[in-house]
Amino acid sequence: MAYRIVHYINQFYAGIGGEEKADVTPEIREDVVGPGLAFKAAFGTDAEIVATVVCGDSYFASNMEKAGAEIIGMIKKYEPDAFVAGPAFNAGRYGTACGAMCEAVSKEFNIPAVSGMYPENPGVELYKKSAYIIETPDSAAGMRKAVPAMAKLLLKLLAGTKLGTPAEEGYIERGIRKNKFFGKLAADRCVEMFVAKLKGEPFVTEYKMPVFDRVPPQPAVKDMKNAVIALVTSGGICPKGNPDHIEASSASKYGEYDITGVMDLTSDKYCTAHGGYDATYADADADRVLPVDVLRGMEKEGVFKKLHNKFYATVGNGTAVASARRFGAEIVGKLVADGVTAVILTST
Amino acid sequence: MRLELHRILVKKLAFGDKTGVAGGTLTINREELLDLISEDELLGGNLGVDIAMPGDSIRIVPVKDVVEPRWKIEGNGQVFPGAVSDVETVGEGKTVVLSGAAVVTAGKIVRFQEGIIDMSGPGAEYTPYSRTCNVVLLLEPANPGMDKHDYEAACRMAGLKAAAYLARCCAEARADEAEVFDFADIREAMSAHPGLPKVGYLYMLQTQGLLHDTYLYGADVKKILPTVVSPLEVMDGAIVSGNCVSACDKNSTYVHQNNPVIADMLRRHGRDFNFVTCIVTNENVTLADKRRSSSFATKLAAMLGLDGVIITEEGFGNPDADLVMNCWKAERLGIKTALLTDEYAGQDGASQSLADSCVEGDACVTAGNANEVIVLPPMKKVLGVAEEANVIAGGWQGSLAGDGSITVELQAITGATSELGYTKLGACTI
Repeated sequence: MAYRIVHYINQFYAGIGGEEKADVTPEIREDVVGPGLAFKAAFGTDAEIVATVVCGDSYFASNMEKAGAEIIGMIKKYEPDAFVAGPAFNAGRYGTACGAMCEAVSKEFNIPAVSGMYPENPGVELYKKSAYIIETPDSAAGMRKAVPAMAKLLLKLLAGTKLGTPAEEGYIERGIRKNKFFGKLAADRCVEMFVAKLKGEPFVTEYKMPVFDRVPPQPAVKDMKNAVIALVTSGGICPKGNPDHIEASSASKYGEYDITGVMDLTSDKYCTAHGGYDATYADADADRVLPVDVLRGMEKEGVFKKLHNKFYATVGNGTAVASARRFGAEIVGKLVADGVTAVILTST
Repeated sequence: MRLELHRILVKKLAFGDKTGVAGGTLTINREELLDLISEDELLGGNLGVDIAMPGDSIRIVPVKDVVEPRWKIEGNGQVFPGAVSDVETVGEGKTVVLSGAAVVTAGKIVRFQEGIIDMSGPGAEYTPYSRTCNVVLLLEPANPGMDKHDYEAACRMAGLKAAAYLARCCAEARADEAEVFDFADIREAMSAHPGLPKVGYLYMLQTQGLLHDTYLYGADVKKILPTVVSPLEVMDGAIVSGNCVSACDKNSTYVHQNNPVIADMLRRHGRDFNFVTCIVTNENVTLADKRRSSSFATKLAAMLGLDGVIITEEGFGNPDADLVMNCWKAERLGIKTALLTDEYAGQDGASQSLADSCVEGDACVTAGNANEVIVLPPMKKVLGVAEEANVIAGGWQGSLAGDGSITVELQAITGATSELGYTKLGACTI
């Protein structure tokens, strides 16, 4: 039996119109539309497009969450085995919509999703980690090349065939690191690469050093007298027993703990969940990592207005940057909502 | 400097009346070994010695260190100088090696950071110590409340003493093979192999302190300035692990003794380059320490006129900063580098792998993503404390399931992403 595919395209490729029609709301057609014909040819008897979703680029861009949910609702009854979006070439809003829909659909239905874009399409940077995006030329002139490559990859994913490298399969590197066993010890590979570098021969590094985002420190607090200060730590301080089971390494969560009336973090009530340092001294006196005692003293002296009644803690030990970024964004949202004006971040 | 390694190949372990080796079987007098490690008053009264062989349905958890039994039968000094023997210089003469055997220190060790060795099943693929015949020491502290640092030292010493004892008892046996290593002094090295680049090995050791420590001739490496060491000294146990950190990428004493980077550099010495020396450096926590040690280590490399260095890291996160400083400082002195590290790219592999980075690090080999998750099916026998899987680095509350299976990151498997490159694991970008 042929695999059931749902195809996503914009208003232009559906023949509705260009920019002036970009605000059309999503609709679904039980038909093969526009580039779908090329996919039909490429799929042959292995797969068939059972429905085509059409949505205006502007509508999607201005209503991303709503449009995504609407489309998911429309697709559901077709019970798709896979999802294909575009190709969007270098059309920015279209690419973003294709990427977003691939991400949403694969998450919702746990099925393969493939799109096609020009590498500089902003949809690539946003969604390459969550979807396979075939590299295409920058305009629809590349349709004949893009569609067979997208169809081939989609069929491979459906069949569960082991994929080759991104270059071999034609998709844009997703930036996901995957372990594999090599034929040689890592030591031997390293010495071999070293010799090539010494001799000026070509070699391929196994890991391209990343470029980091840098966060400039905030300016000093001008009005300390009126500051509401919160404590946030990656040092793992939590109530004794670690009630939220924050992991000793590679934390998947952070904790929020009320310290109303707490003047001192004593060893009978607080400890650390951190597995990356010797916990002896933090367990004996958690103020060493999260200085509640000192701040209470300063609060009393009137150095600042108030110590916030909650602190936030996670374990910064082998913790993925993506998790840390999410914790940070969530914690900041809560602190701002609670009227906190300054934060002391303690690490270990 | 010449060192001969007289290898006795061990293929089987047995308990018996007299510790010794014959026909590939290492026989262990369990009582004698127990008495030896029980001498230490810091260890408890209920110590154990057990055996785990490749292919056995056995899980050892939590594992602190792995040590290869060696004993010097000729030449200056004795194995593990400054630890189980005097501080005299080693690296010359003849050393007996019980190849294929290992001493594993296990039992409820310190906290959080210890590892797992599965002798069969999917986990065994990842740890090099599933392929050794393991003499497992099950240790416990004299009292549960004792100082952790004292207990760590006691566990470390127990492993080293047991390894030295086993090889000493086999010192009279005939070796199956002998390997001869010659290593030139600096004067000779400077004029040897004209036309070949002069290279060194910048050997980074975990020394963050507080149970993250490594010892060189018994000296605490966090307190030293970088120094030069001959690779032959390393083979005699000059470097000893005192680490309680993530199991996958701490360098066990075993892998120091068998450092595969040194082994491959010695193989290629005189052919692809002129291997002049190892430079040992530390990974301390303060910025001043990092700057001082990286400047000093790369200065030594420059003073020795090296054209290139291989740099290996130990651990992850904080030491990534040391790795990167060593790399760019060497490169800016005109010394080419290749780096050996591992990755923490998240369980999904989608995050950045290192905590620091520099453009000069253009030749980098990795031993894999330590965050990748693996399910270890139940084993028939557990040596140690299975519940520790819930708290060791790489595990989480619930890692140990009711049926005895364990779901953990590779981080929890001893030696899985060895940054001395002792495994074939690596990673690629998809």
